[in-house]
Amino acid sequence: MTDTLWLSRRRFLKVMAGTAGALVVGIGSARADAPPVPLVLLGDTWSQVGPYLRVDADGRIFIGARDPDNGEGTATSLPRLIAEELDADWTRVVVMPLGLGVEDGNGEPRWLYGRQRSGQGDSIPTAWTDMRQAGALARSMLLQAAAQRLGVAAGQLRVENGTVIAPDGRRVTYGQLAEAASQLPVPDTVPRVKTPDRFHLIGQPVGDVDAHAVVTGKLIYAIDAADGDTMVAVLSRCPYPGGTLDTVDTGDTLKVKGVLQVIQLQPEAGQGLGMTALAPAVAVLAEDTWSALEGRKKLKLSWKPGSHPIPTLSDLEKQAQVSFDSPDALVTVLRDDGDAVGLLKKKGARRIDATYVQPWIAHAVAEPLSCTVRVDPDTSAVVTTASQAPRDAYTIVQRMTGLRASQIRIDVPRGGGAFGRRLLHDHLAEAMIIAMAEKPEPLRNRTIKVMWTRDEDLAHDAWRAPTIHRMSATIDQRKGITGWVQNMASPNRDLPAPARPWMSELVQDALPAGLVSNFRSNWYALDTPVPRGEWRGTPHLSHAFASESFIDEIANALKANPLDVRLRLLGEPRQLPYRGPGGPTVDTGRLVNVLRQVADRIGWQRWLHSETGLGLACYYVNGGYVAHAIEVVNKGNGQIDVIRAVCAVDVGQPVNPLGLEAQVMGGTFDALSTAMNLSITFRDGQVQQKNFHDYPIANAAQMPNDVEVIIVPSNAAPAGASVLAMPTAAPALANAVFRATAVRVRRLPLLREVARLS
Amino acid sequence: MQQSQVLQTPPTSEIKPEPVREGMELVVNGKRFRHTGDEALPLLWYLRDVLRLTGAKYGCDEGECGFCTVLVDGKAAQACRLTVGKLANKHVTTVEGLSKPDGSLHPLQQAWIDEDAVLCGYCQPGQLMAAADLLARKPDPSDADIDRIGTLCRCGSYPRVRKAIKRAAKAMRDAG
Repeated sequence: MTDTLWLSRRRFLKVMAGTAGALVVGIGSARADAPPVPLVLLGDTWSQVGPYLRVDADGRIFIGARDPDNGEGTATSLPRLIAEELDADWTRVVVMPLGLGVEDGNGEPRWLYGRQRSGQGDSIPTAWTDMRQAGALARSMLLQAAAQRLGVAAGQLRVENGTVIAPDGRRVTYGQLAEAASQLPVPDTVPRVKTPDRFHLIGQPVGDVDAHAVVTGKLIYAIDAADGDTMVAVLSRCPYPGGTLDTVDTGDTLKVKGVLQVIQLQPEAGQGLGMTALAPAVAVLAEDTWSALEGRKKLKLSWKPGSHPIPTLSDLEKQAQVSFDSPDALVTVLRDDGDAVGLLKKKGARRIDATYVQPWIAHAVAEPLSCTVRVDPDTSAVVTTASQAPRDAYTIVQRMTGLRASQIRIDVPRGGGAFGRRLLHDHLAEAMIIAMAEKPEPLRNRTIKVMWTRDEDLAHDAWRAPTIHRMSATIDQRKGITGWVQNMASPNRDLPAPARPWMSELVQDALPAGLVSNFRSNWYALDTPVPRGEWRGTPHLSHAFASESFIDEIANALKANPLDVRLRLLGEPRQLPYRGPGGPTVDTGRLVNVLRQVADRIGWQRWLHSETGLGLACYYVNGGYVAHAIEVVNKGNGQIDVIRAVCAVDVGQPVNPLGLEAQVMGGTFDALSTAMNLSITFRDGQVQQKNFHDYPIANAAQMPNDVEVIIVPSNAAPAGASVLAMPTAAPALANAVFRATAVRVRRLPLLREVARLS
Repeated sequence: MQQSQVLQTPPTSEIKPEPVREGMELVVNGKRFRHTGDEALPLLWYLRDVLRLTGAKYGCDEGECGFCTVLVDGKAAQACRLTVGKLANKHVTTVEGLSKPDGSLHPLQQAWIDEDAVLCGYCQPGQLMAAADLLARKPDPSDADIDRIGTLCRCGSYPRVRKAIKRAAKAMRDAG
């Protein structure tokens, strides 16, 4: 990274700070007393892409993709937003992934490109409000330059695919205007972004910008990164959460050809989850991957369990039952409308109860974790790793080296899946600990790559935590659902500290809150030292499985059509208050719409008489509305064949329908595969699963041939889509299985449970 | 004019046999390589760490996921399950060798782009090589044939992979 680049980035950002508001949050102070500078970004003198875009004299347009793309498609969809406002010719656009943007700000990091975080479903919503402005600003300056060149008022010019056209037909390209535009003063006001009727790229399908590099094998993922000087480290980590290394014998390992050194690692004290190593470990450092793997096989290690025993899921179920039944248990009341508890106790009330149990789930990212670091503690640190939160990566490197921002480079290539795992940087911390460890002279300052193997990936994670939901409702044949009480138990995030409500998990306004006038929602903490993390919309998944299964159980008790019960519950279209991501309101009409769409597509009128099983579910997540209809065939002996999957989504304005469809298709499959087959289990304090043979991610044969995706047309501000299809697929599946088999699955994974109950 | 010296064939007793060359040879993407290291080295790490061909991806080391699928003498094989020593004079093709030397794409690669089959993309080199093997055997594959490939896709791009294989199959049949 050159000084020029830094200077240029600063300049660019200074300009943007004065003109584009939200684009440059946190930069304003840097430029408070700085004079206006020309928008050098638009010049042709740069050797590297600026923060968001650069127009070259030859007409190529370079657009920086600021948010990490781990398969969510943001490297395509975010640059499209800029290109749209710019009226750019998409075929001339070159997308460049941006590393972490950070500079020194009086000893504190100053983030140059915003949050640069993926996995919260807010990449597109955030970009919608700032990146389009960057494109609009550049367009207005290019138009101004064109107006001067052509002697025509800017308002009379129009742009087609990167060419400015005068009323008399004269044409001048962006490339020809770039230099002149770069000399213009920045306009005082931010140009208005387009209205939807003028979109020519947004809403049109486009393929992934990295597809060519992927299919030719040229795309370098973090795991592929290496220079001629790279040493590979493979680790053996303590199998007991909270455990320690007891004895170690490295003699045989050091005899393996290619092995260079064996290093013991400890998680650093006082660091939060994902900010240091997850477990004590022994690292085998070798000249290449295979030597390191062979060396690891020869390690003779013994590990000691921690002082806190590791409960199994059935232990946690017992904990939950005790809490639910005890008036003295520490409870967090999330919402209490009317008198739901009183209704349950009322004599003669017709009530229904069900308990749903969902297991630990691993992330099992396709590309195993890896991190490559080259550290000279006095001068520089260069890091390559896939990440959903590269700022955290920076924080770790800075803390461990004491280097300045200008001396630290974090490169974030396209990642092979993330699902929340890459919000943690334990693998980076491991690489840094190894890099900073004492080494013989020839090994000092060489590049180090930490490689995770699949067995370690399943055994060392911050898993999606298990949940136990006890649901109770009072029902009335005429009035439907009159009261709803949900008790949820999940591991306390802060263990071993006292339980503290974790509102991000608890989503107090998740439906049917607000739809049932007597409604109570409680949360109880479970006690386990097993680390827990984010996993594709964590809280929504477990809640939706419980609530959407329970609504079907209620419909069955009422001998009613589950679609009618849902429609009645959702009622007339209206806005309900909603705290949390996607708030401040939820629109029941949009939810009804997606539900009706999937019901129509699957042919819901067959629901009672079909030999196959049909199931529905709908949900609201992070501003998006989603419904699934699933059709299954009972093959007997506990075998279930999913023959159709229909999913309707309303995310507001689709930016790239092809990418949106991919997210919905993929999310549906992941949710189905997970619900049908997957669980992480503990035995004797250790994870039992070792690889894909006992953590069987579904292959094509086990999935329906297609997901029928329905995208609701809309011009509303867009919501994120990467977790949108996750919550409803599993309950729709369980509801379909009930119709096909009469087995009600209240415990996942589903296929095992169907076999047990059949 | 200088007299050129006539080279005489030396007597048989003075001919020394050519020294035996160490290691073994294999052909990767049409290029011949000599490997003198440990013959137990898995092909996957030979490709990735020695030749720096990183198209074949590491995923499980057990032959379960299919991310490291390559062609050996035209047939699909898991590179993590093969040792270099077993590959003397075999022809290995990785995803980097799937397109023509002039850079033009294989019909499968083009179909992958046309169907937008790439999500995170990590499994796709393996999917492509398994599909290349399938189409060599079955120019008009059924859904069941495609299902038998079994290569995992963590992102769930299966429907698009399926469509891409069929699209490529048709393109290859049409081209004769």
